[in-house]
Amino acid sequence: MQLVLTEDQELLAKTAADFVSQHSPVSRMRQLRDSKDPLGFSRELWREMAGLGWVGIPFSEGVGGAGMGLAELAVVLEALGRNLAPEPFLSTVLLAGQVLALGGSETQQRDWLPVLVEGRAILALAQQEARSRFERHRVATRAVRDGGGWRLHGEKIQVLDAASADALVVVARSAGSDDAAEGLTLFLVEARAPGLSVERQTRIDHRSCGIVRLDGVTVGPEAVIGRPGEGLSVLDPALERATAGLCAEMLGSMSQAFELTLQHLKSRIQFGVPIGSFQALKHRAARCFIEIELARSAVMAAARALDAGEADAPRLVSLAKARCSDAFVLVANEGVQMFGGVGMTDEYDIGFYLKRARVAELTLGDAVWHRERWARLEGY
Amino acid sequence: MADLEKFRAETRAWLQANAPKALVGAGGSELEGVWGGRRARLTPDQKRWLEATAERGYTAPTWPREYGGGGLSPAEAKVLAQEMAALRLPAPLIGFGLTMIGPTLLQFGTEEQKREHLPKICRGEIRWCQGYSEPNAGSDLASLQMRAVRDGDHFVVNGQKIWTSYADKADWIFCLVRTNPAAKKQEGITFLLCDMETPGVRVKPIVLISGASPFCETFFDDVRVPVRNVVGQIDGGWTVAKALLGHERSMIADAFGAPSARARGKGSYLAELARRYLDGTDGTGGALPDPVLRDQIAQNEMDSRAFGLTVQRSRDAAKAGHKPGPESSLFKVYATELNQRRYELLVRMAGPQGLGWEGAGFEPDELERTREWLRSRANTIEGGTSEIQLNIIAKRVLGLPD
Repeated sequence: MQLVLTEDQELLAKTAADFVSQHSPVSRMRQLRDSKDPLGFSRELWREMAGLGWVGIPFSEGVGGAGMGLAELAVVLEALGRNLAPEPFLSTVLLAGQVLALGGSETQQRDWLPVLVEGRAILALAQQEARSRFERHRVATRAVRDGGGWRLHGEKIQVLDAASADALVVVARSAGSDDAAEGLTLFLVEARAPGLSVERQTRIDHRSCGIVRLDGVTVGPEAVIGRPGEGLSVLDPALERATAGLCAEMLGSMSQAFELTLQHLKSRIQFGVPIGSFQALKHRAARCFIEIELARSAVMAAARALDAGEADAPRLVSLAKARCSDAFVLVANEGVQMFGGVGMTDEYDIGFYLKRARVAELTLGDAVWHRERWARLEGY
Repeated sequence: MADLEKFRAETRAWLQANAPKALVGAGGSELEGVWGGRRARLTPDQKRWLEATAERGYTAPTWPREYGGGGLSPAEAKVLAQEMAALRLPAPLIGFGLTMIGPTLLQFGTEEQKREHLPKICRGEIRWCQGYSEPNAGSDLASLQMRAVRDGDHFVVNGQKIWTSYADKADWIFCLVRTNPAAKKQEGITFLLCDMETPGVRVKPIVLISGASPFCETFFDDVRVPVRNVVGQIDGGWTVAKALLGHERSMIADAFGAPSARARGKGSYLAELARRYLDGTDGTGGALPDPVLRDQIAQNEMDSRAFGLTVQRSRDAAKAGHKPGPESSLFKVYATELNQRRYELLVRMAGPQGLGWEGAGFEPDELERTREWLRSRANTIEGGTSEIQLNIIAKRVLGLPD
């Protein structure tokens, strides 16, 4: 494993950075929020990103993808994260997309992955529930046999891009009690299926998400992804990959939040001098820098370990998510503090980073959860 | 790539044939081992291992062969390190010659200086120490006062150094002296090499809070040093001094970054120790009964892993031909603070058994860890305090104004 960008990856990073600075300033995200945009992102921009090949990066060439890895996708996600671009990479490419790529039947993949790669289909993963917190097995949504097919009952919360999704991957319990480790089944459900309804939720980062209610949704046997009762064997590896991708986005966001803060430290004059000349602030800025650099190493290692199929990959994913969670929150909190009063205003962008930091921290396991997982994987 | 695999096979065969059997599996960290020097006492195995490796240039694998090094590429040196690690062999030789003055001489030394000093470093014949700090020049190193006055083809040196690590065991000292008191403080400094056996050099060990005396006061009383022992320009020693500080920081980072890499795959030392001191563990493994301690252990080990990956990232970038990235500036401050947090945790989890100084009622390893904890408090002071490191990051990397 080499922790350095290849020439191709450097080129991709530059293309992505140019595109994001040109087409996706933070003001675009602000505008989507202010207009209460029902989608929460831009379909046109999403298609452009697909046209650049970014949406298809981790998918096989057979479905129109690039057959590349997370190391490449991470480079793009980092660029998007810098300006808080809200396009549905996490929901569509990383969460639902990876479930389908890893466990979908031939028909499911043929039906959905080519249109996904072209930017014409949005997918969502309906996993989280009111009582699940970060535990993947804690699922109360039920799947009951109904003739040859299944009937789904339950409620999912904070499902990313639920309102715009054309289809949803639903995690449901086909056997066992609500907390049982086994007995989960994954279903691919079309958004227009009778009994499925979506209610938009608004979180502090204003990315689109919603409550998904399944009120006796009927699906055929062909809707099952992988094998009934063995959903975690597909969901777990997909979530590893999604977590690594989210970390790359967080890395971009915290890097940009830090750069905004540095600019402020150099330009804001108090007591007749730039406030960045004060040692108390210099040292805190240096601490933020250190945390970002360590996070970068962990993110690069996690992506490359997953691409290489190394046994150590889950540990490195937990390392990356724990570090990115702590570092992003630290950098954003310090940013607002160093901006001072204006940092608290809606007018300045630094507050957007603070809110995104909290959301990203509490998505796919926070730092405490990932340290706990690390300890478990290490055998203590 | 094929060449590298051929080199690996050859190296492995050579190590298996030449490494003393008793040292295979012995391991050992960068801070403990054979330091060499005129007064060194080596076991027969250590002596054989040092001689065999020095013969091939493996004590300084990347230095040019003409100066006693191995002439290896960075990639080959990495293979050698991996093969030695696979056999858990101790480093044949360690010390400030290899890590500090050697690289500095390669960069700034005259041909004569390189030929005189480097081969002796590689063979472990001469042990070096560092004369930088003075009683009134700590963090503000450039304000140092030890005087060197020109007298023909010698300098006459008078003054005092302090915190000279292992001066009492060293044969030569590299030191900073003031040759021009009228110039700006950074501009009147010269970098000088001095044989410790020169009349007028006197060393006095300092007893530390750990009870050990790794540091000394070194007094210079009319010490005559040949002018040809100046490294770099007269009055231009600050440039050399700073370059050497860079080598010192990476040495410290290497020393503290390495344990994580070694420990990998062998289970957690911290967790193993926690089980020994916590009630309620049944010895069968499973989750530690104290979730707070468990979290702290995980935090420490994850920090250690992230640091190791950052050192690796820096090396991979260098191998790919990139300039040293900003990440290298964090090595010293992070590695030393991490080591301190580790020892804090180790002592705290031993409970009252972590309080022993010596004698009855304490195991030898408990006493050693407690002394090491005390020693570790110096990590963030020596070699440039953490505060100085943060200043350097703020200025050089972040571009914050003075």
